[in-house]
Amino acid sequence: MKSVRIGAGLGFYGDSWRPVRASIESGGVKYIASDHLAELTLAILQKDRQRDPSAGYTRDVVPMLLELWPLAAERGVRFVMNAGGLNPHGARDAVARAFKEKGYKAKIAVVTGDSISERVDELQAGGETLAHLDTNADIATVRDKIVFANAYLGAAPIAEALAQGADIVITGRVADAALSLGPIMHELGWRWDDWEKLAQGLTVGHLLECSGQATGGNFGSAGEWAKVQNFVGLGYPIAEVSEDGTAVVTKAPGTGGRVSFDTLRQQLLYEVHDPHAYYSPDVVLDMGTLNFDDRGDDSVRITGAGGAKRPDTLKVVAGYHDGWMGTGMIGFSWPEAYLKCETAANIIKGLMDERGWKPEEVNVEYIGYNSLLGANADPAQRDNLNECFIRMTIRTRDKRMADGFGRLFPWLGLSGPPFVGGFKGVQGAKELLGLWPTLVRREAIEPHVAIDVEAVA
Amino acid sequence: MKVGLWKIAHARSGDKADRADIGLFAYDAPTYAVLKREVTRERLAVHFADICKGPVELYPLDNLLAIKIVLNAALQGGAARSLRMDNLGKSVAAQLLRMEIDAPANLPRLARS
Repeated sequence: MKSVRIGAGLGFYGDSWRPVRASIESGGVKYIASDHLAELTLAILQKDRQRDPSAGYTRDVVPMLLELWPLAAERGVRFVMNAGGLNPHGARDAVARAFKEKGYKAKIAVVTGDSISERVDELQAGGETLAHLDTNADIATVRDKIVFANAYLGAAPIAEALAQGADIVITGRVADAALSLGPIMHELGWRWDDWEKLAQGLTVGHLLECSGQATGGNFGSAGEWAKVQNFVGLGYPIAEVSEDGTAVVTKAPGTGGRVSFDTLRQQLLYEVHDPHAYYSPDVVLDMGTLNFDDRGDDSVRITGAGGAKRPDTLKVVAGYHDGWMGTGMIGFSWPEAYLKCETAANIIKGLMDERGWKPEEVNVEYIGYNSLLGANADPAQRDNLNECFIRMTIRTRDKRMADGFGRLFPWLGLSGPPFVGGFKGVQGAKELLGLWPTLVRREAIEPHVAIDVEAVA
Repeated sequence: MKVGLWKIAHARSGDKADRADIGLFAYDAPTYAVLKREVTRERLAVHFADICKGPVELYPLDNLLAIKIVLNAALQGGAARSLRMDNLGKSVAAQLLRMEIDAPANLPRLARS
């Protein structure tokens, strides 16, 4: 039976491609599906592009391909990556330049059409409300503050780019799982309305899109996480998908980590809302009938995904400017570490009052006590800490206040509570962004999707 | 007896705009039955009252011995406008594992230790 073997690339912008080597060299993969874009990454890329119009893609794509392409090319391994971000052509040009210098040859495809930030008026004129998906609020409330707006495209343009012979497909925003579903559709030739098979493909794509989280990384547990072997050599997940839809998830031989029922089900439900209706551009997945057969050798056989017809709309997420954050942080040692942090917080509040600063919100967290556990921290430990850091953040519309907030903290070093440490400089204002999820009819997006294939020689 | 979820289950959490979502997983079928009975919307709303400002959704998945939990309006509007240290909600699952529930002492994970 025909099958295709796909390895995970990155799970976010900043992730390591070191484990991808093993998948290519000994994992037998034919494709690397690499996810460079978290929900927020486009906001970072927008700032890059404002500084330099040729930027706006994830810069890791160049060094990653320079290292991996020679290994991939000799084995016929192809790449699908959403590293294009807000500027897929810019990413292609940068890769092409670097390849030419090294004498590498490749056919590179670029998929565009996901960005709608320049089309908001046109879409509204065409009847799209762009109302907030959860609150139904009018987009007019944030219209002039939008910094990016991109639709999640599906697997079809990726499969088409591969059919046109691309060795490397660079996209902007696509559904994360489409990075795997594209090659699956290209290789196995399923019908685009074979919902159950598409659902199997989507399951695989979702399991691969967060790299090490499927293979024992971030295994949320008490005690069990420590049984994961060889984090340094952790392998990334690899999926073999057969023509009948059956999939096996594993990792390259000899790599660290673990592939099991436990590691895979943690990833399956990760960042999923209703597991009986997991929406993607290509199919709606029901996870309630999935069967994971853990074979005990770092491989799990997956069958039974439920599939329903794809939605008539595509999800769009816009980001908009939403004020500024000011941050300050400083640490105190035993004795009375918590009390000293609390005193420091009150001093900072007093300094703000003196200046007449009234931020919309003041957030106080005690690192070493409750900055991650919040109200579920154990209060019995509060007054017996070896050391504690106070972290304060404010929300304000006033950038100068956010900048000035961090400068209130150095004074504590000589004129506040004793045994201070860990002050590592003043932090400036950070721009805050709100996210605006909405739905747009497929017909308003898909005619704008373009595939551009170019040979680098 | 009262048992912390951390002894009998594992969990991972993440973010989607202003939602924190958690997968809660039993290590075995008897524990899953207890989780389904004990980990209710009402108890979750109380446990996460400090961060969750919207409704709690709960989806049991018998095939995975898992419960999917969604906390709406729990991330101060989303990771990029949150003031919190854990702006991505990755430790929300650890908060969940601190919940204590009524469980029989003969659950496999408890009997073993």
